[in-house]
Amino acid sequence: MTRKSSEDRFMSETAIDRVAQATPPRVARRIRGLPDRAIAWIFIAPTIFLLLAVNIFPLVWTIRLSFTDYRVNRPNNEVEWIGLRNYERILTDSDIWKTMQATAHFLFWTIAIQVLIGFTLAWLINKKFRGSNFWTTVIVLPMMLSPAVVGNFWTFLYQPQIGLFNTVVGFFTGADPASFSMIGDVNLAPWSIVIVDTWMWTPFVMLICLAGLRSIPESIYEAAECDRASKWRQFWTITVPLVLPFLMLAVLFRGIENFKMFDLVVQLTGGGPGNTTTLTSIDLKREAFERWRTGFASAYAIILFVTVFGLASIYVKALNKVKER
Amino acid sequence: MKRTLTLTAAVGLLCAGSGAAMADDLTLCWAAWDPANALVELSRDFEEQSGHTMSFEFVPWPNFADRMLNELNSGGQLCDLMIGDSQWIGGSAESGHYVQLNDFFDEQGIDMADFIPATVTGYAEWPKGTPNYWALPAFGDVVGWTYRRDWFERPELQEEFMATYGHELAAPETLEELMHIAEFFQGRDIDGTTVYGASIYTERGSEGITMGVTNVLYNYGFDYGSPDDPYAIEGIVNSPGAVEGLEFYRALYECCTPPGSSDWYMSENIDAYRSGQVAMQMNFAFIWPGVNADENVGGDRSGYFPNPAGPAGHYAQLGGQGISVVSYSDSQDAALEYIAWFAQPEVQERWWEMGGYSALRAVVEDPGFADSQPYAQTFLDSMAIVKDFWAEPAYADLLLAMQDRVHNYVVAGNGTAQEALDGLVEDWVEIFEDEGLR
Amino acid sequence: MSSYSITAPTTAQKWGAGILVVLYAVITILPLLWIVTTGFKSQNDAIAYPPSVLFEPTLEGYVNLFTTQTRISDEELAENPPETWYDEIAADRGMSIVGPSRFGGRFLNSVIIGFGSTFLSVFLGTLAAYAFSRYKVPLKDDLLFFILSTRMMPPIAVAIPIFLMFRSLGLSDTHLGMILLYTAVNLSLSVWLLKGFIDEIPREYEEAALIDGYTRFQAFVKVVLPQAATGIASTAIFCLIFAWNEYAFAVLLTSGNAQTAPPFIPTIIGVTGQDWPAVAAGATIFLVPVMVFTILLRKHLLRGITFGAVRK
Repeated sequence: MTRKSSEDRFMSETAIDRVAQATPPRVARRIRGLPDRAIAWIFIAPTIFLLLAVNIFPLVWTIRLSFTDYRVNRPNNEVEWIGLRNYERILTDSDIWKTMQATAHFLFWTIAIQVLIGFTLAWLINKKFRGSNFWTTVIVLPMMLSPAVVGNFWTFLYQPQIGLFNTVVGFFTGADPASFSMIGDVNLAPWSIVIVDTWMWTPFVMLICLAGLRSIPESIYEAAECDRASKWRQFWTITVPLVLPFLMLAVLFRGIENFKMFDLVVQLTGGGPGNTTTLTSIDLKREAFERWRTGFASAYAIILFVTVFGLASIYVKALNKVKER
Repeated sequence: MKRTLTLTAAVGLLCAGSGAAMADDLTLCWAAWDPANALVELSRDFEEQSGHTMSFEFVPWPNFADRMLNELNSGGQLCDLMIGDSQWIGGSAESGHYVQLNDFFDEQGIDMADFIPATVTGYAEWPKGTPNYWALPAFGDVVGWTYRRDWFERPELQEEFMATYGHELAAPETLEELMHIAEFFQGRDIDGTTVYGASIYTERGSEGITMGVTNVLYNYGFDYGSPDDPYAIEGIVNSPGAVEGLEFYRALYECCTPPGSSDWYMSENIDAYRSGQVAMQMNFAFIWPGVNADENVGGDRSGYFPNPAGPAGHYAQLGGQGISVVSYSDSQDAALEYIAWFAQPEVQERWWEMGGYSALRAVVEDPGFADSQPYAQTFLDSMAIVKDFWAEPAYADLLLAMQDRVHNYVVAGNGTAQEALDGLVEDWVEIFEDEGLR
Repeated sequence: MSSYSITAPTTAQKWGAGILVVLYAVITILPLLWIVTTGFKSQNDAIAYPPSVLFEPTLEGYVNLFTTQTRISDEELAENPPETWYDEIAADRGMSIVGPSRFGGRFLNSVIIGFGSTFLSVFLGTLAAYAFSRYKVPLKDDLLFFILSTRMMPPIAVAIPIFLMFRSLGLSDTHLGMILLYTAVNLSLSVWLLKGFIDEIPREYEEAALIDGYTRFQAFVKVVLPQAATGIASTAIFCLIFAWNEYAFAVLLTSGNAQTAPPFIPTIIGVTGQDWPAVAAGATIFLVPVMVFTILLRKHLLRGITFGAVRK
C-alpha cells in the first residue's frame, strides 16, 4: 500500500485528513526514504553543532579562563590557576558596582519611557486614521540603522554649538543652546543615552503593542458598550490586561538587548564623563580588550551572563503566568 | 621633476646593493589621518623603484591602539610595517612583536645620532636610555597650540586685554597667561557669534584627556617617578605641584572651553577651531598644515605657539611614531628595504614638504627649515621640550587608570585633585606590583 | 470592523490621533533627515556655527567617502588640472584624489558577510525548524530554549574565547570566520521564526505527498519549501539586518581584511577632524538597502523582531 490511485490525489483536504489519520504510524514509517528520526537528526545536527562550536564551546572556555590569571598580551607569562579570586575581586569592586548601577538606570528608564510612548503611539495608530500605515513606516525607520553609526552621529547632534538637538531644544524653550551639554554634564549624560535609545527603539515597543491591540476582538468592546461601561473603564479592564502579555514581551526583548548594550553608548559617550555612562559591557570591553586581563574579564563575562540568563528566566515564568490568565 | 630623478638614482643603487629581491606586497599599518595620505603619495617612489607594491591599512585614532595591539598580540600577519604609537614600544619589544633594528642600522649606515634625540628616545628605544632600537623615528609630533591671530590682533581687543590683565594680548609664554587669554575670549561676541577661550583634550574613551592634562602637569612638577627609581612614584605623581596643575586644568576646562567639550580629542578640537568657536586650540602638530591651508582660519588668520611654561618647568606632551618591522611578517627583507629608503635625507626632505614631520636632523636643522612653513619654528621649539607617557608593556593599564581618574575629576567634577592623583598613585602602584616591577 | 460599529473612533478622535502621531513622526525623522542632508553639505557647512539649515548642496561628502585624497600645492594643481567632476570637487579644496578609499571594500565585506551568513543561517535554520516542527525530537523544548538562550549572551562576553579560538584556527579577520559567527548568532532567530512559519503549513500537504510516493526529503523540498517561501524570505531579511548592522564582534575581531562597514563609518576622518559629510554619506548609503527591505517587509516586521512570538 505505497501508492494511492491518481484520483485520490485530488481529494479534498478532509479526505486526505482521514486517509492520513487512517495510515498507521508503523506503515508511514516504512514509506521509502530515510527514517524520520534520522532525518530529524540530520536536519538539526548542523545547527546544534554550530551553536556548540561558536557559542557553548567559547562559553565553557570562558568559564575555564575565569579561574586563571591568563593575559592574552603576555604570551610568555605562565598561566596560574587562581580559583575564585577573579570572582571575589569583581564582586567586591565598587567601580564595577557603579557600572551595574549605570546599567540599571539605563535599563529602567529606557524601558519605562519606551513602554509609555510606544503604547500611546500604538493606541493612537490603532484609531486607523488616514495615512496611518505610511506614518507607522516612517516611525519605524530609526530602528533599522546601525547602532554604532547612530551613536556616532548623535555626538554630532548633541554638540551644543553646532548640533541639532540643543538648537531645537533652545528654539522651543528659549534657553541658550550653548547653556547645556547633554553628553558633557554628569547629570545629563545618563539621560542622553536614554534619549537616543528611546529614539531608536520606541518603534519596536510600538509595533508589539499594536499587534496586541489588534488582537483584541471587537466584540469584547461591543459587549462592554452594551453594559454601558465608560471608555475609561473599558481601557483599564479590557485594553490594558489584553495588551499586557504583548507589552511584557516587548519589555523582555528590550531588557535583554539593553543589558548587552555596547555599540551605541560606546560611540556616543565612550562611557564618560568620568564613569557616568560606563555600562557593564563597556567596562567589560576595557578589561578584556584594552587591559587584556583575560582571566579577570572572563569571570566578569560569566557574572553578566548568569545575571541576564537568571533574570530572563524568572521573567519568562512571570510572562507565562500572565499569558495563562 | 628633478627630485624624483635623484630619488630614482638613490633607490636604484640601494636595490642593486641588496641584489635582485623578489617583488613583494608590503602592508604598512598606521593611523588614519592626513599624514598617512601623504605617506601613500610619498611611497609611490618606493614602489616604482623597488618593484614592491605597497598596501596600506589605516585605522582611525580612537580604535588604532585596540585594533593594532589586537593584531600584534594575535601574531597577525596583516602588517609588515607598523608605524605604532610611541607607548607601544616596550610591550612590542618585550613580546617580540617588532624586529630589533640595530644590526640593520649598522649595515645600512643609519645612525640614530642623525635624528632628533627626543624622537629616538621616544619612538625607537627600549629599554629607554639604552641603544636598543626597535623602530626608525618616522613622524615627529608634539602637542602645541594654534591661535586666532586675526582676533588677537584687533586693536580694541588688545587695548581691553592690556587694561584688564596688564600684559599684551599675544601668544602666551606661560600657562597663567594662557588662562588669561582663554578667560578673556570666553563668551565674547566676535562678529555676532559667541566664542570661547580654548578647546582642550577631554576625551574619555582612549587617551585624549591624558595627552592633554600632561601638558599642564609636567609644567607644574608632575613626573613619572624619581630619576633613581622610575617606579617610586609616591610624592611625585601626587606632589603638591602636580595637584595644583590638575586643578589648573580643571579650572581651564570649567571656565574657558566651549560648552559640551567633555569628550573631545583631536578631531573635535579641530572642528571647534575651524568653525570659529574658539580663540585657541590645543592639538598635536600634525594638524598645523591643515590649519594653515584651511579656507576659514588658514594663512595669516592663525598663529602657532609651543605649550606654555608653568611654575615648575617647560615641557610638552610627545606624540608621534616610529616605523617598525613586524616580526610575524613574511616579507621582512622588503620591509627593511622600505625603512632604508625612508631614512634617506632626500626622502625625509620630501616627507616634510608633503606635511610629514620628519625627525631627521638634516631636515629640521637646515637653515631654511624654520621659515619654510609658518609653523616650522614652533615645531622645532616644541620638539625641544618633549616628555612622553609611560612606554612600559603595561602602558595600556597605566593609561586606563589615568583616563579614569583624571576624567572623573576634571570633567565629571568628582572629588578633589588631591584625591584623583592619590587614587592614580594607588592604581599605578597596584599595576607595578602586578607586573613585578616593585 | 464595520464602519457603523459603535466602538469605531469618531472623526474627531481620528484627527486628534493623526495629529499626535504625525507630530511624533516628524520629531523622530528629524535626526534622520539631518543625517541625510549633512551628506550633501560641504565640510564647513556641516560644522557651521550656529548650524545652517539652508546650504548649497554638494557631493563633496560622497566624493570624500569613496576616495583617498592628499593636499597639493597650487603649482601642482596648475600642472595637473582636474579631469573629472570628482577631481574638480577635490581640487576646489586644494586636494587631489590619489585613489579609492576603503569604504568600497568595507561595504563589499558587509555584502559578502551579510549575505553569506544570511544564506547559511536560513539554510540551517530551515532544516532545523522543519525537524522541530514535524518530528518528535527528544528534549525538544529544552533544545529550543537552548537555541534561544544563545542570543542572551553579551557579544563582549564570548568575544574573548572566540578571539582566541579564531586565532588558533586561523579564522581571525577572515570572511569565513565572520560568516560562521554571524550565522551562529542568527540561528536562534531563524530557527524560531521558521518553526513558526512551518507550523502554519498544514501537515496534510506533505502527508498527501508521502502517500503519493514521495520520500520525506522530496516532500520537504517539493511541498514544504515552496509553501514556506515567504517565511524564508522574511527570515532572511531579518538575519541580514542583524549581520548588516552588527558592530561589537566586527570591531573586536576584524581589521584590514574582513571588516564590515559599521565599525568603519564612525571613523571616517577627513583632512582635519571627523569628516561629518562623509560619515553622513556613508550612513545614508548604508541605510538604503535596509530601508528598502523594511518597506517591503512591513507586514512581517513584527514577527521578525519578536522571534515569531507575535504573529501579526
